[in-house]
Amino acid sequence: MSTAKDVTDATFQSEVLDSDKTIMVDFWAEWCGPCRAVSPILDAIAAEHADKLSIVKLNVDDNPETAMKYGITSIPAMKVYRGGEVVKTVIGAKPKPALEADLAEFLA
Amino acid sequence: MRQVIIVGSGPAGYTAAIYAARANLAPLVIASSVEFGGELMKTTEVENFPGFPEGIMGPDLMVKMQEQAERFGAQIVYDDVVKLELDGEVKRVTLGNGEVHEALSVIYATGSAYRKLGLDDETRLSGYGVSWCATCDGAFFKQKKVAVIGGGDSALEEATFLTRFADKVYLVHRRDKLRASAALQDRAFADPKIEFLWNQEVAHVYGDEKVTGIGLLDTNTGDETTLDVTGMFVAIGADPRTHLVHGQLELTPEGTIAVDGRSSRTSLPGVFAAGDVVDPTYKQAATAAGSGVVAALDAEKYLAELAPAVLAKATAVAA
Repeated sequence: MSTAKDVTDATFQSEVLDSDKTIMVDFWAEWCGPCRAVSPILDAIAAEHADKLSIVKLNVDDNPETAMKYGITSIPAMKVYRGGEVVKTVIGAKPKPALEADLAEFLA
Repeated sequence: MRQVIIVGSGPAGYTAAIYAARANLAPLVIASSVEFGGELMKTTEVENFPGFPEGIMGPDLMVKMQEQAERFGAQIVYDDVVKLELDGEVKRVTLGNGEVHEALSVIYATGSAYRKLGLDDETRLSGYGVSWCATCDGAFFKQKKVAVIGGGDSALEEATFLTRFADKVYLVHRRDKLRASAALQDRAFADPKIEFLWNQEVAHVYGDEKVTGIGLLDTNTGDETTLDVTGMFVAIGADPRTHLVHGQLELTPEGTIAVDGRSSRTSLPGVFAAGDVVDPTYKQAATAAGSGVVAALDAEKYLAELAPAVLAKATAVAA
């Protein structure tokens, strides 16, 4: 089980867009094998960089409104939000070193 | 040091692990961090693996294989191999986390990677309408029109799967007949949502931020047409994943790892290869599993013939 907090259509505004922190949202679904594979890697990155980047999860089946708003057509999709804006998108399950490289500017 | 390290965790890798573990070789399986379980993790119903008359979900089948290997003592590591040093008596396997593992033998079963069409816009729009995984991304195309590119088993499986969501699925194939098995063809031909577009090649993928259509070239007439789709699923085959062994192991003209006859013996002693990475032809879960058996038995024989002093190095540390 992932340790990341769940956000929903109802809480997305307050917990992600209005947050004063940098937040990465992991768009995922139960039926998505690569999502399950990348989940523990995201947990590890979140644990190692808790002061820099918060990672939360959004289930696209339960929260279609947010998934549609951000044009999700492939999961896992990881979007970094800062000040209500998407500042980075990473698509697809990748090994930890590759994800850390993609997210380097937010982890340093 | 280990007696054997298995690189890969598809049907070949896990079956090799089951046999090697039952031979008391205490194998270490490097399963990959995000692609463990291999290609079947991205499939739904597997109907042609023997022993499952009702079919079985691909990911469930792979978990069963994993559990069966672990039951007999295989140890599984969820990381990626970044470097392999295969010459010499002791093989060295370096992982993404920096750990180095040593073994007297290696079974290489890394499978294959999806082939791309090779268009610039295909890469740019990957994840924005261009996909290699219908089971991952199909649900985002409810009531949409999509295209599947290819004519083999995986193309027809993807097309049939996508009809659960999409209103219309175009099957775009560059020839006038399919390579796919008869059972899959019959199912696709009978499906009113699937339309076949023969002798068509993808020349363009259109869209600024997401796919809005694809440009097709008729291979007979040279005519170009545009197909209005918001999704393009590419299923044109896969290439053997050999980048870790380039310059170390001999390859065949097809790009697979060369093995000696019906064995799994590669060009280096103590290195065995199994599964799709040695198979340019059949590429089935069941043939990969059989190939994994061959590799484990070959490795067992190789280890048994090593000098006792050499073998003692491995068993002493593994115990």
